[in-house]
Amino acid sequence: MNVPAAWYLILAAVLFGVGAFGLLTKRSALIMFMCVELMLNAVNLTFVTFARTLSDVGGQATVFFVMVVAAAEVTVGLGIVVAVFRRRSSTSVDELSEMKG
Amino acid sequence: MAHVATLILLMPLVGFLLVLLNGPHLKEKQVGYLGTGVVAVSFVLSVVAFFLLLNRSPHQVTVNLFSWISVGTLHVPAALLIDPLSITMCLFVTGISALIHLYSIGYMHGEKDFRKFFLYLNLFVFSMLLLVMANNLVLTFVGWEGVGLCSYWLVSFYFDRDAAASAGKKAFIYNRVGDVGMLVAMFLLFSRTGTLTYLTIFDKAGTLTPTVATLVVLTLLLGATGKSAQIPLFNWLPDAMEGPTPVSALIHAATMVTAGVYLLCRMSPILALSVPGRTTIAIVGGVTAFVAATIACSQKDIKKVLAFSTVSQIGYMVLAVGVGAYSAAIFLMISHAFFKALLFLGSGSVIHSLNGEQDLRKMGGLQKFLPLTFPTFLIGWLTISGVPPFAAFWSKGDILANVFEYSKLLWILGVLTALLTAYYMSRLFVLTFRGNERFREVTAGHDPHESPWVMTTPLVVLAALSVVGGILDLPWIHHNSLSGFLTPSFGLIPTLSHASGLAQTGLAVVDVAVAVLGIMVAISIWRKGPDQPRYESSFLEHVWHWDDFYDATIGRPLTAASQFGDDVVEPKVIDGAVNGIAVSVRRSADGLRKVQSGFVRQYALATVLGLAVIVVYLVARVG
Repeated sequence: MNVPAAWYLILAAVLFGVGAFGLLTKRSALIMFMCVELMLNAVNLTFVTFARTLSDVGGQATVFFVMVVAAAEVTVGLGIVVAVFRRRSSTSVDELSEMKG
Repeated sequence: MAHVATLILLMPLVGFLLVLLNGPHLKEKQVGYLGTGVVAVSFVLSVVAFFLLLNRSPHQVTVNLFSWISVGTLHVPAALLIDPLSITMCLFVTGISALIHLYSIGYMHGEKDFRKFFLYLNLFVFSMLLLVMANNLVLTFVGWEGVGLCSYWLVSFYFDRDAAASAGKKAFIYNRVGDVGMLVAMFLLFSRTGTLTYLTIFDKAGTLTPTVATLVVLTLLLGATGKSAQIPLFNWLPDAMEGPTPVSALIHAATMVTAGVYLLCRMSPILALSVPGRTTIAIVGGVTAFVAATIACSQKDIKKVLAFSTVSQIGYMVLAVGVGAYSAAIFLMISHAFFKALLFLGSGSVIHSLNGEQDLRKMGGLQKFLPLTFPTFLIGWLTISGVPPFAAFWSKGDILANVFEYSKLLWILGVLTALLTAYYMSRLFVLTFRGNERFREVTAGHDPHESPWVMTTPLVVLAALSVVGGILDLPWIHHNSLSGFLTPSFGLIPTLSHASGLAQTGLAVVDVAVAVLGIMVAISIWRKGPDQPRYESSFLEHVWHWDDFYDATIGRPLTAASQFGDDVVEPKVIDGAVNGIAVSVRRSADGLRKVQSGFVRQYALATVLGLAVIVVYLVARVG
């Protein structure tokens, strides 16, 4: 069975939309992180889709880079979140506004 | 010859460096005799160089020391030009300097800054020798600035006195104005002839257009008026009398102030190209001689009288240069160095004996207290007044005879000046040495004492030179004496039809007549006492209000402009611009900081919105 490329793209768009919505509405830093991951993977899905449609491995290669960078980002980001949680017993980003102008 | 010439120049520098490096370890006497000694050696070497030069033909040697500046087409060597003019200058500069150094040992005895004084004096002699021996304008300019600098230091030697400090500044600034003239002359000559070496300039002088030649002469004249205290830059010299008296004698009477005249003589081949330029020089000289002589008649300070007398005598020299009588100018320069140094040192001896009093009204009757100063001063007085057979009678007569050929009007001015000279010097003499004793107040009742031998020896030597100085250039042996010796240095002399013997005798009789008249008038007026306001015009005493004129035309407008800058430009324009930038940055920052709300979701929204805008843009472009 051959699934058309458009379906993958629609799925990716939906995943991206869900991720973006979550990022804008949630207050918990942890949830926001997961939303960002969702958006990144939605983009990965489009890369892979186009790689297959256009028979170009460049798209797949890019996905590996994105995954590596995302892993590094999560490491650093979770470290920050844990540190913040230890100090404040909360991960609500609305309370983190010391740096505002 | 080369070594001798180099040593002449270097001896004072050696003295300067020795005292500079060992100063604190040397005793006052050692410093004094060392400083005097090196200059005396310079003088002896000058005599040697003079005889070596006599045996050479032509009388001209260039001594190359080293290559100094070499940029593009500009090549300036550090080289000395030994010719009749420069060796004549060397002889009298080192000779007079050695005497004045000796005198200074006595005069400055016990001063706190005795070593510093001799340092400056030695450096001054070095600069002066550099000025006269240089073979190019740039090296001359170095010496020119050097003497100016030493003059500044020495005028403000007592710098803790306000008057001395500001007199030093005044001398320096007036000289700067003149320096501009000399620099412009150098620029002009370099742009037209491509060289600054005297002999090469003279070779190429023919290529100068008359306009350029006139410009060069006029700018040189400006330089000379600054250094030689001529109108319009003459009024620094009387103020320069704030310096110690030996300085007045050495720098502000005998040597440095003649630098301007020397420069004009040195550039005589260029002067020969410009009739308007030479006419201007003659007029400046003649008018200065007369104006300064009138001022000298009303001054009450013994040194001020001598200062204005110096300005007046240099006016004669400039007048002589203007009419083309260069050797006559040098002749007067030398004899003036003798008698003016004598008069200044004599006045210094008088001031010394009266514990520093300089006011003529507080002197009088000093004749019997100063057995050596009195007769030497008497000789100086008769010399400057133009009484035969003393030196100035011959030199001034030489100049006036030349001027008579050139212009009768300037000659009348010159004769009037001679009359005034005899008058004011006799007034000075009578008020100082004759009449009743008015000095008891300043000496606290004591009798004034004669100065030590180091001070009186130079007086005697200078008096002897003033008596016999005339033999340098007696009119009937012109070609075998000074003027014949100097002629090769002056290349293109504008030909003057020399007056016949009878006319010369007539002119000499006129000179003697005005001298005697001046002396008699002065004695009959001033033997009655010093308080005769009828004969002391306040207009003359205030130097024709010349300083007030400069103050009104230059000083006050400049002060007003500076005040304007302080009141308006600085706070409004400059501070306005600086503060305006700061305020505008702060205001825009105040607006922008509102964007930084601290809510992460707002930043995320901004990012997503930006992304949406990019997507819409890309889609629209494709569609």
